[in-house]
Amino acid sequence: MIRTEELLLNVGPQHPSTHGVFRIVVKLDGEVITEATPVMGYLHRGTEKIAENLNFTQIIPYTDRMDYVSAMTNNYVLVHAVETMMGLEVPLRAEFLRLIVMELQRVASHLVWWGTYLLDIGAMSPFLYAFRDREIIIDLFNELCGARLTYNYMRVGGVKWDAPPGWMDKVRDFIPYMEKKLEEYDKLVSGNEIFLARIKGIGKYDAATAIDYGLSGANLRCTGVDWDLRKAEPYSLYSQFEFDVPLGQNGDCYDRYRIRLEEIRQSLRILKQAVPQFPEDGETMGKVPRVIRPPAGETYVRIESPRGEIGCHIVSKGKAEPYRLKFRRPSFVNLQILPKLLVGETMTNLITILGGVDIVVGEVDC
Amino acid sequence: MSEEQKNKEKALTDSEGASPVDPEREAKLKAAAEARAARAAAKEKADAEAAEAAPPEPKPPSPKQPELDAIVALIRQQAADDAVEDAYVNELNGDMPTVIVKNDHWRSVSQLLKHNEQLQFNYLRNVSGVDYESHMEVVYHMVSLGSKREAAIKVKTERDGASVYSATPVWATANWNEREIFDLLGIDFPGHPDMRRIMMPDDWVGHPLRKDYEPLDSEV
Repeated sequence: MIRTEELLLNVGPQHPSTHGVFRIVVKLDGEVITEATPVMGYLHRGTEKIAENLNFTQIIPYTDRMDYVSAMTNNYVLVHAVETMMGLEVPLRAEFLRLIVMELQRVASHLVWWGTYLLDIGAMSPFLYAFRDREIIIDLFNELCGARLTYNYMRVGGVKWDAPPGWMDKVRDFIPYMEKKLEEYDKLVSGNEIFLARIKGIGKYDAATAIDYGLSGANLRCTGVDWDLRKAEPYSLYSQFEFDVPLGQNGDCYDRYRIRLEEIRQSLRILKQAVPQFPEDGETMGKVPRVIRPPAGETYVRIESPRGEIGCHIVSKGKAEPYRLKFRRPSFVNLQILPKLLVGETMTNLITILGGVDIVVGEVDC
Repeated sequence: MSEEQKNKEKALTDSEGASPVDPEREAKLKAAAEARAARAAAKEKADAEAAEAAPPEPKPPSPKQPELDAIVALIRQQAADDAVEDAYVNELNGDMPTVIVKNDHWRSVSQLLKHNEQLQFNYLRNVSGVDYESHMEVVYHMVSLGSKREAAIKVKTERDGASVYSATPVWATANWNEREIFDLLGIDFPGHPDMRRIMMPDDWVGHPLRKDYEPLDSEV
C-alpha cells in the first residue's frame, strides 16, 4: 500500500493566475483537492469607509479603482444611484455617451478576460491578440477623458467631457474591425481540441445552485437562466436597442467562455445601433445643484457590469456625503461558489475554474 | 547656491512673512458669509409661507402598494401577527416595497420569503449593514427571478451585542456578505456556518465601519 499524506498548499497571494492578490489555501490528497479556503482582504482599501467622508463627486474616482478592468460601469452605478435619489434628468447626448463607453468597456473587459484566461490555461499568443485589440478601446477612452484605466468620466447629471471631433467616427470604424477579429479568435482558439478538453464539463453547477449562491453575469447565464439586467430591468437607454442575451445549458467553463465571446458580439451590435443615433449636438451635463445633496432616505440600484450585477446602496441623511455607501460587487459574490466547485477537482482545474469565474481582486476586496 | 539665488529666496520668504492676514480677503469672506446667511433666512421664510399657503395634497397610492400589502399580509398570516414592525413604499428607490421585520421573527420570515409560492424571493441580491448610531440595521435586497418582483427587508438590532439570525441556511449567497458585515460593523449572525473576519486581518481590533470606531493604532 502506498501511504498518502494530506498536503496543505498555499496558492497566492502573489501567484499570477490569481489575477491580483487573491489567496487560496487548498488541502490536497495526491493531486485532488479535498478542501479549499479562500483568503481575502489583501487589497482591501476601505472604500466604503473613505466614502463616508467625501462628497459624491469625490467618490467617483474611488469607484474606478474597485473594478479597474471595467471602470466605466462602476462610475455609472454610483452616479445612477444618486440621480435616482434626486430624480435628476440626464441629457440625451450624455446618456448616449455613457451607453457607448459602457459597451466599449464591456468589450475591453471581456478581451482582458479572454486573453488572461487562455494565458492561465497555457496559451500565450491569444493574450497578445486580445491586448492589441483592447488597446484601441483604451486609446479611444484616453482621447475622451485623458485616462487609460481609471477614467473618472461620469458625473451626477451627465458626463465630464464631450466627445472630441472625429471620436465617434473612430468608434464606428472599430466595430467592423472587432467583428473581424472575433472570427479570427474563434478560428484560433474556440475549436482547439486541447483547449476544449481543458474546459468542457469543468466547474459545472446547475441553475438552482447558481441562483442560491446569487451568481450573476455569465456565471449565472451559463446555466440557462435568462437574467441580464439590461433586458430584465432596463436602465439607461438599453430598452431602445436590439440585442440578444446569450445563454448556456451545461453551466461549465466552456459555456462561460462561449457566453463572454458572444457578449462581445452583442455589445458591438448595440454600438452599431447607438453610434448612428448619437445626437448631433446638445448638452453633456444636466441641470444639477452646485452641491449634490440627495434627500434623506435610501436607495439600491443595480446595473449589469461585465462581471454581473453591480449594485450601489446609498443611505443618505440629506448631506453632501453619504451616511453609508455599500457596493454589491459581482466578483465578491460570484467567488463564493469557488470552495464548493473545487472539492474533488485536480490542481490544474483550480486555475481553469478560478479563471472562468472572472474576478477582479480590486472589486472582491473593495 | 549663487548669491543671486539666495537673495531671491530671501525676498520670497520676506514677502510671505510680511502679511499673514490679508485684510481684503478677510472682508470678502465676511461679506460672503453675511450674504449666505441672508439668503438662507429668505429661503426659510419663503418655504414657511409656501407650507402655510398650500397644505400638501395626499399623494395617489403607489402602483407597488398592493405588492407591499400582499407581502405584509402573508408575513402576518403565516409567520406571526406581530412580525412586521413597519412597512412602506420607498419612493427614492423606484417605489421599492420595504418591510421592517422584527428581529425575533426574522428566522421564520426569511424561510417564508424564499419558499412561499406567492413570493418566491429566490435571489438575494445584496445584504448591507448600516450603523444608525441609535441602532443597527441589516438590509436585504431580494428579487424573484420568475416574477421580477423585488423587495427590501430590514431587520433592526441593538447596537450593543448586535445580532441577527443568519440567512445563510436560506440563501447561500448571504454567507460572505454576513461575514463582511460582521467584520466591518460587528453584527453577529448566529446560525452562520463559518463566522470569521473576511476583509480585515484576524487580529484586528474593532469594526471599522461603526460610527464610533477609533483605530487602536493611529499610525496604521
